[in-house]
Parts: sequence; C-alpha cells; structure tokens
Amino acid sequence: MANLAMREAYGRALADYGAVNPRVVALDADTASSTLSVFFEKRFPDRFFNFGIAEPCMIDAAVGFALAGMVPFANAFAALAALRALEQVRTCVCYARTNVKIASSYAGVSDFKDGPTHHAITDIAVMRSLPEMTVIVPADGGEAAAFVSLIAEFDGPVYFRLNRAATLPVSRPGEPLSIGRGIMRRQGGDVTVVACGSMVGRSMQAADSLASQGIQARVVEIHTIKPIDRELLLQAAAETGCVVTAEEHTVIGGLGSAVAEVLAAGRPVPLAMVGIHDTFARTGPDPESIMDAFGMGVSDIVNAALSVINKKKA
Amino acid sequence: MSFMKKYSDADIQQLNKVANGLRRQSLTMIYRRQAGHPGGCLSAADIVAALYFNILRIDPQRPSWEDRDRFILSKGHASALLYSALAGRGYFPQADLEHWGELDCHLQGHPDRLKTPGVDMTSGILGHGIAIGLGLALAARLQKRDYHTYVLLGDGECQGGIVWEGVNACAKFNPGNLTAIVDYNDVQLDGAVHEIMPMEPFADKWRAFRWDVIAIDGHDIRAILSSLEEAKSMRQRPVVIIARTVKGKGVSFMENRAQWHGIPPDKEQYEAAMAELSRENK
Repeated sequence: MANLAMREAYGRALADYGAVNPRVVALDADTASSTLSVFFEKRFPDRFFNFGIAEPCMIDAAVGFALAGMVPFANAFAALAALRALEQVRTCVCYARTNVKIASSYAGVSDFKDGPTHHAITDIAVMRSLPEMTVIVPADGGEAAAFVSLIAEFDGPVYFRLNRAATLPVSRPGEPLSIGRGIMRRQGGDVTVVACGSMVGRSMQAADSLASQGIQARVVEIHTIKPIDRELLLQAAAETGCVVTAEEHTVIGGLGSAVAEVLAAGRPVPLAMVGIHDTFARTGPDPESIMDAFGMGVSDIVNAALSVINKKKA
Repeated sequence: MSFMKKYSDADIQQLNKVANGLRRQSLTMIYRRQAGHPGGCLSAADIVAALYFNILRIDPQRPSWEDRDRFILSKGHASALLYSALAGRGYFPQADLEHWGELDCHLQGHPDRLKTPGVDMTSGILGHGIAIGLGLALAARLQKRDYHTYVLLGDGECQGGIVWEGVNACAKFNPGNLTAIVDYNDVQLDGAVHEIMPMEPFADKWRAFRWDVIAIDGHDIRAILSSLEEAKSMRQRPVVIIARTVKGKGVSFMENRAQWHGIPPDKEQYEAAMAELSRENK
C-alpha cells in the first residue's frame, strides 16, 4: 500500500470504508476519475454525488449532508478546494463546525503536467489558519489509506491533503497512527528534520546521506499539521539542538511556520525551512524534478541540516 | 386553488398579527442594539411568520429532532427577524432578545447554529442556502426521512454565482423536498437591485434552470401559505416561490429606501415606526 499512488490508495480505502460506514457519502467536482473517488462511486452509486466543476457548490452541499448526520468526503483538486471554495470552507465548514471531510488531491506540485495553476502550494497555510480545522498530510499511500477511517470517525472538519502519485514509501502496514501525534521515523541526535507528505521520504534519504558524513539526523514526521504535536517537536529540539523543516509547500505559513511557532515559544533553536521560497513553481516532466528545481531536493535538506548544525555550534 | 381553502379568515388574521409582532420585535432589537438590518427584516416578516407559525414541522422542545423541517435563512442579515420568530416559538426566552450582540449572549450578529437553539444553519455571508439545502434534501432522500427543507434568499443575494451553482445542481438532483423562497424587495445596500445589478428576467432565469416558479405577493399571508403548500406538494422538481415584497414594509419612511438596509433608527424614528406598526396591528 505504501508504494501505491496516494490517490489510488485513498480512493480504494474510501470505497472499502464505505462498506463499513453507511453514513459516508462522497462528493466530487468532476474529478472523480482523477481523485479516484470513482472507486467509491462504482460501489455505492447512491451515495456518490458529482457536482461538476463547481467546488463551492460541492462544499456547501457537503455541509448540508453533514447537517443531516452524514459523513461527507468532498473530493477535489487542492488548488480549487483550498482557494475557490475557501469561503465555503471558512464559513460553512469551520465556523459552522460541520463534519465535512475535504479530500484535497493533486496537492503540492503533484499536478506537474498542468503547472502552477494546478499546483497547491498555499493550502496548508490557508487551512491551518482556520479555527476548527484539522489539517492532515499523509506521507505515502499507506498512510493515505489508513487515515480514511480515522478521519471519518473523527468529529469535526478535516482537510486531508493528498498527492497525485506515489511518494517514497515510509509507513509500515499496521503501524500505530493517530491524528495529532507525530511519528519518529528515524532516531538521531545531531539534527532533527521535521517533514510532512512527500518530503518525509526525501528526508529519510537526506538522513542516509548525512549519516554517510557521520551526522545522525532524527526524522520526525508531522502528518497532522494542526493540531500539531508540540511535545514531540519540543523534545526533538531539546535533544538535537537544531531543526530543519521540509514540505512540498511554500515556507510561508506551512509546516515550517507551524514548527517555528512551537519552537519560538517553547524551545528556540536554529531552524531552517525547506520548501518553496515565495515563488510559483513551473511545469515539469514529473513532480520530482519540479521539487528538485524549487528547493525541495534531498540535497536541499542536507544543506539545510548542515547549516543549522553550524549555527548550533556557533 | 384547493390549498387556499384550508385557512379561515381568523387564521390569516392571526398570522398577520404574528407578522406585525415580528416586525415590531425586530425593529426594537435593532433600535436597542443600534445595529442590524431593518429593511430586510420588515420585508420578510410575513414569510417567516407563515413558516414558523404555521408551515414548519418543528418542535421547539427538541431543536435537534431529526425529522424536523429545516429552515435556512440564507439572507442571514435578517437575523433579528429569525430570532424574534424563534423566541416567539419558545426556543429560548424572549428576554434573550434584549441581549442580542452582547459578548456573552448566544444571539450573534448573524445566525449561528452552534450558539442559538433552533437555528438550523449558520448564515450571514450570502449565497450558501440553496447548495446547503440541496445537501440536506439529498440526505433526507438517502435516509428516507420526510422532512422538508426551506431556504429563504434575498433578491440581491441572487447576484452571487454560488446561488446559481446550487440552483443548477438542483436541476440535476431534483430535490422535490426543497423549497426556495426569494424575498424579492428590489433593494440592496447600495440602491435598487434593478440599478445596482439587474436580475430581471428573474423568474425566467429560474425556469431556465428547470425550476418550477410560483410568483406571489410576499405580504399576502394567504398567498404565502398556499404557495408553500403547493410547493411542498410538487415533488418532481425543486420549486422557488418568488415573493414580491417591499423593503421596509410597514414603516412608511423606510419602505423602498436603500438607506434602511443596514442602518438602525434613532429614538424619534423608532417611535414613529412603532406607532405606525401599532396602528396597523389594530
């Protein structure tokens, strides 16, 4: 499962979960064949609703379903769910605290073919700023699948950020997973790399590279950007003395900012953020080359780690 | 129309009294707080009176009753009117209305479903009612529940695209258990709707989206009641009742004036308004 494209793992898990929980309905905005909510549609046509290219309407309709006690999963491209439908999300999902699950696919630069119009590099920042919203970014297909039931059974709005393709696998089948609790992916005492989504696998590679230079990097996966696992972050900062964050997202307002907020208040240590630095990316042949070209390469993580380690020594 | 026979003159007179009471209560709330939207409360008072005091299947003792009819005040600015109706039906004490807008009062500027008993959906930012109502209506269909969902919109509100996304989606899903009512008062914040952003031919637009349209005088209680019952009986397609109303209805100096969209009356104006409304109630 960890090797599966994230959208496929999610789509299959949603369809499977639909058999377990009859209150689940799926909505889509003419992207069912892309988000792969189509698997749910095929098994439960009566509980699937396609709203066409009208994300705001889809989110509001999901709100109606939630008001009636259903558990709606609203599927769309992240660029639209988190931008075009944002007012719906703010007012009718978050402020009204309706039990809507927003499955936001093709996030980050994973829609490499379509380019920056369809990249979603601000969605974490926007969504985590909304009161009542829980923001979850799985690291691979295994987590994308495993989170479905957790999210459905969680009471409250959730923004679930999914990539289009497979990411480097990091999860193990059956490993403990809970909303709000980070995962120590690798032990290390010299520096902590805090990562989410596709950058978790890349951070593991960076840790391998650092190890070859005699540097032991801890890798902490933060899948729940909000509410964030403060304890795990403060402990890592205290024990390693410097932190790098890594996300497929702008460094303004995303995971890096969330981690900085925790550390600045609780354990200030040298910090560097790996992510997109206040620019739009470009179209590319695959997500990986876009990530490499826009500051999210394994070498960027390695260099950031070396830089914060130096600051720690200074 | 057979629907019209059900109501006696006494029924109608009683609802007219209720509507007048809602007008006075709303104005009093807005005056006391020196904030709120008098024009749109006065225009929609007869519709809300008919719904809350006759049509809606509700139980104020059980605000979360799963089989209750749902009402979404999509034009959430008319919150004082909704609060007056909810208090009138006993969802919460009338005395609460005096504390509207205070920091520790459950009555928010605009309706909040989490804070105020009886409010089915939070509103205030315009445009959401139809699409949310569609979700509620589709859920009722799935759950085999027979409640009906009512959405009250303003005509100015219909300038927003999300309204028509919802209207269009209804044409696909055909929620026969959803009724929209437009409080068509032709006045919005900046002026006349027909000048700011004309909506005519309004009924034709709904028809083009494959809705059934019933046009009524939105201050004629008998017409409001019969149109709501007729709409509920038409199960094949969604129905919109286009209720022609007068913004500021019942207070001569407020009628059809955009300045009374969102400005509270001062003491003299309030007393004059209440005097007019009291005369009308006799």
